[in-house]
Amino acid sequence: MESTTTRRSFYSAAIAGLGGLITAALAVPAAAYLLVRPKSQKQSDFVPAADLTQLTVGKPEEVVFRRTRVDGWRVLNEKSTAWVLRKDDQNVVAFAPQCTHLGCAYHWDEKENNFLCPCHTSTFSIDGKVLSGPAPRPLDRYVTRIDQGKILIGSEIQKA
Amino acid sequence: MLRSVIDWLEDRTGVESAIKHFLYEDVPASAGWHQVLGSVALFAFLTQVFTGMLLAGNYAPTPGEAYNSLRYIVTELTAGQLMRGLHHWGASLMIIVVVLHMMQVFVWGAYKKPREATWMVGAVLLLVTLAYGLTGYLLPWDNRAYWGTVVTTQIAALAPGAGPYVLRLLGSDGGSIGAVTFARFYAAHVLLLPPLTFLLIAIHVYLVRRHGVTPIPADEALPKKKFYPEQVFKDTVATFAWFAVLVAMAIAVRVPLGHVADPTDTSYIPRPEWYFLFLFQTLKAFEGPLEIVGAVVLPTLAILALFLVPFIDRGKVVRVRERIGAIALIVLCVLGWSALTARAIATTPPSTESPDAGLALIEPWQELPADQLAAIGAFRKDNCGNCHVLGKSSAGPDLTRAASQRPTDWLMQHFKQPAPNVATQLKNPELRGLAAFVTKRQDDAVKAWSGAPQAAVEGAMVYQANQCSACHKLNGVGMQTGPPLNGVADHRNREWLEGHFADPSKFSPGSTMPAYKLSSRDLDRLTSYIMDIPK
Repeated sequence: MESTTTRRSFYSAAIAGLGGLITAALAVPAAAYLLVRPKSQKQSDFVPAADLTQLTVGKPEEVVFRRTRVDGWRVLNEKSTAWVLRKDDQNVVAFAPQCTHLGCAYHWDEKENNFLCPCHTSTFSIDGKVLSGPAPRPLDRYVTRIDQGKILIGSEIQKA
Repeated sequence: MLRSVIDWLEDRTGVESAIKHFLYEDVPASAGWHQVLGSVALFAFLTQVFTGMLLAGNYAPTPGEAYNSLRYIVTELTAGQLMRGLHHWGASLMIIVVVLHMMQVFVWGAYKKPREATWMVGAVLLLVTLAYGLTGYLLPWDNRAYWGTVVTTQIAALAPGAGPYVLRLLGSDGGSIGAVTFARFYAAHVLLLPPLTFLLIAIHVYLVRRHGVTPIPADEALPKKKFYPEQVFKDTVATFAWFAVLVAMAIAVRVPLGHVADPTDTSYIPRPEWYFLFLFQTLKAFEGPLEIVGAVVLPTLAILALFLVPFIDRGKVVRVRERIGAIALIVLCVLGWSALTARAIATTPPSTESPDAGLALIEPWQELPADQLAAIGAFRKDNCGNCHVLGKSSAGPDLTRAASQRPTDWLMQHFKQPAPNVATQLKNPELRGLAAFVTKRQDDAVKAWSGAPQAAVEGAMVYQANQCSACHKLNGVGMQTGPPLNGVADHRNREWLEGHFADPSKFSPGSTMPAYKLSSRDLDRLTSYIMDIPK
């Protein structure tokens, strides 16, 4: 009787052990496969968006430019926009074109002198600060650079 | 607590007693290691479902995109190569275990009354397994997949009367393989076959349970055993061994991925997956009007015979040792299969395309037109980098940040005399090439600028200096009087190319290309460069 019990418990333990090993050997790579970021999601470089002289100091303009973006296995060359404010001859700010609340496209309201999002009437100051409405944080900004009078917009977005 | 949850579940659903009923089924005293293969086959199928779903999560099922997304899976994703390996080798190992399972049942005579239906459902499951292999073969959309499927569909087209309709069903009206064929194969592989397999397995297992595991004669008198734990233990050990082999193969043996399917590539020699090679070889034995015998008649008869085995052999169940005829038949089949397969391998010329052609990482410089790579060479040759350090501002502006806005005349003058009392050795075509490069270069060119190996850059300079692009197209630039040079390494070796430069008409009769007398260094650089440019 003793030996039968030992054998039964050995069988049960071996079934659970081997089954567990197989499950782990499948589950761990599967989790890595689904959750780890792709290896070379290369950030595309700075792209020229506009000439500094095209912009008026203190008046935001919607600037349209093309950039190359990696989307999974596809490399897209697509239109992109930013609200660019020229502060002086050295500094510009490029706001990402989505409202920080739920991602609607906002625009510059000339009369009120602020950015207005039509979805839930969030408003932002010319510096991107929230003036009213449900937006949780100031407007997001692209990293920018000025080179020989050209405004270059990077792909990285800075959140306040 | 746990007990009360289980009790509640048992009361409302009966799940606990169902599991117990399943595990504590009676099996004959003789049950043992020879009966583990069915469980292993079931596990193999479930592994394929699991890895298949994961692959589908990063796969675009359309021609072209399919190849790009698969390449993304194996080169960009963590464990992507492993997942594809598990699915690819899992398919082969599943075929093996399914066939072994069938052979075991055959040798033991377990298909006999009352188990005829179990055998017949099993035979259908074998065909379904092969259908997965056929439809899955196309999905990587590389040359191997494309040309293999061309042959498969052409064989299907030979079916008397039904041929054109079979082709239309496969989405290959008129025999071409395109978007519709691809969609049909994919739909069959992931939408049609899996539910069908689950249904057939359910029926198969139900029938096994209905009639019980096949006992051997004289077994009936002995007390029965329970399925759990002894037989479950043996099934688990066998499954684990199978799985260990699969993981080892998925890690150690690279799954081939060739170039993206090219319907105009006439040099590609298609061949089927290893388990279909014997059919491929059988086909060769029948020519002309007899082709239909090898392509349709024989396989149909074989399938029919397999299906009807329980009705052909209607004798009583006897001990394995007494089944000499069955064992002899199996041995004969295995020998025949092996001989045909070995013959097929021996008589097929090796592929001109490297099996890993699609896996090689392509560097930015390999996709750059030769004039731009040669311009990088001019930049390096005259040490422009001393003042224009790439990637940071120094004595000269950083040229990687933005394309130059200077007019060409200014640039040409600047290249001739970059600073007072400094003159360069660059020739006029080199100056022009460099001027075009710094004003027009794209992102990829910037990466190549610092990253391209010097030997390749020098090869591109030889290419430019000899005006190869006046007749040949390379990376999208050049005329097409001569053949395009992308991927030339797939069908020419180094000796051929070097000999060809010295005496073109000797290597390609009728060639109008003039002979080029290059120094041995230039010849070496040029040949290496051209051979490194991918398709």
